[in-house]
Amino acid sequence: MPKDYIYPEFEIVRNEGRCTVCRRCEEQCANRAHAFDAATSRMTAEDARCVDCHRCVAMCPAHALKIVQSSHTFRPGANWTRDAITDIHRQAGSGGALLTSMGTPKDYPVYWDKLLINASQVTNPSIDPLREPMETKVFLGQKHTHIQRDESGRICTELHPQITLATPILFSAMSYGSLSYNAHESLARAAQELGICYNSGEGGLHEDLYHYGPNTIVQVASGRFGVHPGYLKAGAAIEIKMGQGAKPGIGGHLPAEKVMGDVSRTRMIPQGTEAISPAPHHDIYSIEDLRQLVYTLKEATDYKKPIIVKIAAVHNISAIASGVARSGADIIAIDGFRGGTGAAPARIRDNVGIPIELALASVDARLREEGIRGSISIIAGGSIRNSADVVRAIALGADAVYIATGALLAMGCHLCRSCHLGRCNWGIATQLPELVSRLDPEEGKRRLVNLITAWTYEIKEMMGGMGINSIEALKGNRLMLRGIGLTQKELDILGVLHAGE
Amino acid sequence: MLIQAKDLPFRELNRQINAAGEQSVTLQGVMGQRFIASGLKGKDVEINGIPGNALGAYLDGAHITVRGNAQDATGDTMNEGSIRIYGRSGDATGYAMRGGSIYVQGDSGYRAGIHMKAYSAKYPVLVIGGAAGSFLGEYLAGGVIIVLGIGHEAEGKAPVGYFTGTGMYGGKIFLRSAHVPHDLPPQVDVREAAAQDREEAYAHVAQYCAYFGGDPHQLMEHRLLVLTPSEESSYKQLYCAQ
Repeated sequence: MPKDYIYPEFEIVRNEGRCTVCRRCEEQCANRAHAFDAATSRMTAEDARCVDCHRCVAMCPAHALKIVQSSHTFRPGANWTRDAITDIHRQAGSGGALLTSMGTPKDYPVYWDKLLINASQVTNPSIDPLREPMETKVFLGQKHTHIQRDESGRICTELHPQITLATPILFSAMSYGSLSYNAHESLARAAQELGICYNSGEGGLHEDLYHYGPNTIVQVASGRFGVHPGYLKAGAAIEIKMGQGAKPGIGGHLPAEKVMGDVSRTRMIPQGTEAISPAPHHDIYSIEDLRQLVYTLKEATDYKKPIIVKIAAVHNISAIASGVARSGADIIAIDGFRGGTGAAPARIRDNVGIPIELALASVDARLREEGIRGSISIIAGGSIRNSADVVRAIALGADAVYIATGALLAMGCHLCRSCHLGRCNWGIATQLPELVSRLDPEEGKRRLVNLITAWTYEIKEMMGGMGINSIEALKGNRLMLRGIGLTQKELDILGVLHAGE
Repeated sequence: MLIQAKDLPFRELNRQINAAGEQSVTLQGVMGQRFIASGLKGKDVEINGIPGNALGAYLDGAHITVRGNAQDATGDTMNEGSIRIYGRSGDATGYAMRGGSIYVQGDSGYRAGIHMKAYSAKYPVLVIGGAAGSFLGEYLAGGVIIVLGIGHEAEGKAPVGYFTGTGMYGGKIFLRSAHVPHDLPPQVDVREAAAQDREEAYAHVAQYCAYFGGDPHQLMEHRLLVLTPSEESSYKQLYCAQ
């Protein structure tokens, strides 16, 4: 239908003077945007197929390619933008809900960028992390708030189970199925080398990755895919997924075509069947019910594993978090609405939830007010982009942060937001063997280790600048932050003063 | 081995069950303790009294007999083994179970058999002797649910509540019922049981009678409906790429 024709968003620009017709672009593009025209012996391009993933650009030995945003335009308008118009054309043609991937590209405030970090001058000397020891190790789990003694007056030394992290960063949940095996193995190897944890996501744990267990968090979501007692015992902790920042309030769906071979075996569902995760856990309609799931998991694992409850940042987040803290959970993970996803309805991703900065600050404040902050650790996620974001999150009250988009970028993702198409040219969000093999798990690991090592050094440098030599002393230390260009209400919620105050 | 469960907190009760040297464990005086036999394998547990919520969650091969009623979330995400209940069961019985069997002599509450799924040799079976509550087999992905409706034959309606099989995309539900549920969603097809279906159902009905008494042939001399997901139930049509 001509009415449905949408002019391509990107144009593939080929420098014909440089192109040697080696056809590598054609070989590399799983979307078949490039083709060889035998009649003219030249390469041709189909712009409509291009998702702007830069694979061809990066692989072109002659540097003959670039991708540019099309200058083709509707009559410009601030209200009816290109996206607003083409979304309607797509939906009028298909009748479908719009599906997309990764974090929202919409122009919402990024509060990280409006929080400035302190440094010492004169009175409280800064510390050089190259010369002096800096502690970035964290323990996640319930902490005792009182000393307990037995009948004979001896101090009880039994601690709640903890996750130990060498640096306050974890790779957040991305399921095998949404990610390739090689991407999962890269994360697992990197987590082991770094002394941190990655998260299996809700698709079960591939049998070959069980030996990374001490660095693995296994997830239990509403679909319960691949969940069995051996799986629960395999990891360092168990995460109950109640929600995800990119799609609060809705479930998940791995399409049947991705449920093949090892993905089917790992999820423990037949090949070629849809993997539906319902929106709610149908056995959890209250905090009391959540407590029940927490305790079945503790009973099934002999109280040896901390239980994480992951929730999306939504309007009443602090009241919900207060309930979660009383459910027996050891750790709460809060996922802000800018967080990524392998597939989500666009309207949900772009409109539902709240930013992690506000959610985190409000949860930390509420738990302190209620005197239960020590009974639970907080992991904050949902678009942590660099080490300064990590420092800000910890100063706002997080014990550690979850990163996922950053980890994918480290492995080669170029953020084309097309994971849901299943043809990731970088071998990350695909199950096609010829694409998966493009990501070498050893190289993926090396790049992830590089990233986290660099961030950890930067965190130490910023801590040192503040005169702080232990990450624990930064936690909830909001005096180390000042707002810039924020309203009084925003400053109140974040619990920080304005710059200059 | 006999364990006096009265006044034991659930954690201690489970510790004693796990520590029991014998294959067979009998619990006396169970009074609502939750999480009994969570993830248990390789044991036979007889429960006298009323177990609390989440009995046999992640059950991994153990066999549980309940001489009384069971409460909510029995057999949540169970992997292998069996649970038989000489009474009724509460809500969310067999939620997301992947393998093994649950036999309930009497009625079951809301949300029984939600999101059960089968895989390879694992094929979960949930048999409810009486009537089931609303949302039976919602999101059913695999395995079989049988509702016998014993004692409810004269009620003039199917022995289920509202919204049976909503969102169902795999598996099979047998209803021993003269009536088709009046509000089946469009993604559920209903048909009369054919000879092959009856053969499949008979095996489970015979097992039910072996546990709880009754004549399987007599029970099977009744209208038997089969609910399966319709071809149009696919979730594929839901989306278009942005």
